[in-house]
Amino acid sequence: MTLSWKTGGVLLGLVFFLAVALVKPIGVSTQFVIFDGILWNAVDTSIVVEAVTSKTGFSSPNAYLDKSGGSYAKAVANPVNYGFVFVVAILIGAAVSGWLRGSFREANRFMPQVWLANFGETPGLRFAAAFFGGFLVLYGARLAGGCTSGHMMSGIMQSAVSGYIFAAGAFLAAIPTAMLLYPREV
Amino acid sequence: MTIILALLIGGAFGFALDRVGATNPNVIVGMLSLRTLHLMKTILLAIGTASVLMFVGQMAGLVEVGNMSVKAAYGGVFLGGILLGLGWAVSGFCPGTGLAAAATGRWDGLVFAGGGLAGAAAFMLTYPWFEGTFLMEEVAGGKATIGAVPGTDYPALIPSLPGDVIGIALGLVFIAVALALPDRLSGSRASAVPAE
Repeated sequence: MTLSWKTGGVLLGLVFFLAVALVKPIGVSTQFVIFDGILWNAVDTSIVVEAVTSKTGFSSPNAYLDKSGGSYAKAVANPVNYGFVFVVAILIGAAVSGWLRGSFREANRFMPQVWLANFGETPGLRFAAAFFGGFLVLYGARLAGGCTSGHMMSGIMQSAVSGYIFAAGAFLAAIPTAMLLYPREV
Repeated sequence: MTIILALLIGGAFGFALDRVGATNPNVIVGMLSLRTLHLMKTILLAIGTASVLMFVGQMAGLVEVGNMSVKAAYGGVFLGGILLGLGWAVSGFCPGTGLAAAATGRWDGLVFAGGGLAGAAAFMLTYPWFEGTFLMEEVAGGKATIGAVPGTDYPALIPSLPGDVIGIALGLVFIAVALALPDRLSGSRASAVPAE
């Protein structure tokens, strides 16, 4: 089911190459902010407003959406943009791959074996870990200005210094944490 | 046109993430605990392949140098990397793989995405804490590459190095490391547990 590392590595590498050859480097985590902005703007329409004085034509009372001349505010106002559609397409591509390998027919789709081996049958704890992990991952990614895709993969392939700094921080924290949390392997 | 490219490249990325095993938390935890390095070898080969193709393409004049987008280096990149690393190990997902996992029907991936939306929202609200502090001050030249990439304005960490040649050389190093890396680094399998 899983591709050999040689085939998989070349396939993934080609995708990263095509992205920067045709458009721009791959990134994901910004779109969590854009989706939050879309939800926020749906309940409070004053969150993104048109502004002739801003560089992009949009501004926001939220300092983060407003930064860089309101570029995030503009993306919230126009979700049919490259970055957002790209992430929606990730969902479609992954769903197709999953459907072809029967992922939707698997009985256990929330408790990884490595979790069962180390924490036992505790669905509530697994969901809490997934939520808490997601919170830390996206808070960290936004503080860093990118995630595993944007900083680590796209950054390092472009020989960006920031990509190496990010990867150092991420692995420095992730490796000991994984070793401590999951001493039993599957 | 860019929307069609977004659908094609994003779709290919999502498909590839699932096929290399990155949507499976067992594979991520196996990599981060240095026990199963299959995915690490895949990622190193991917970075190396993409780097060599891009810089060779630039030198041949086939790839638009202006498509590069180098992110700034500042203290928050390191601190944010640490926070992301913690959450990555706890959950077994990162932003792209968590979303892709949710799309393959994984409920924990969906919950991860919910936590991610909450984390991103928390950053939107707390961004003023960081604005103007030392954490956001640029370091190592800001939006810098290792060597000077011809045709770009990015400052170089080592200005005397030709950025495109260095990019190819580093790409080849990543490919070599992928080839040389053993399947596991940490410990040995204590008991012969049949895989799944």
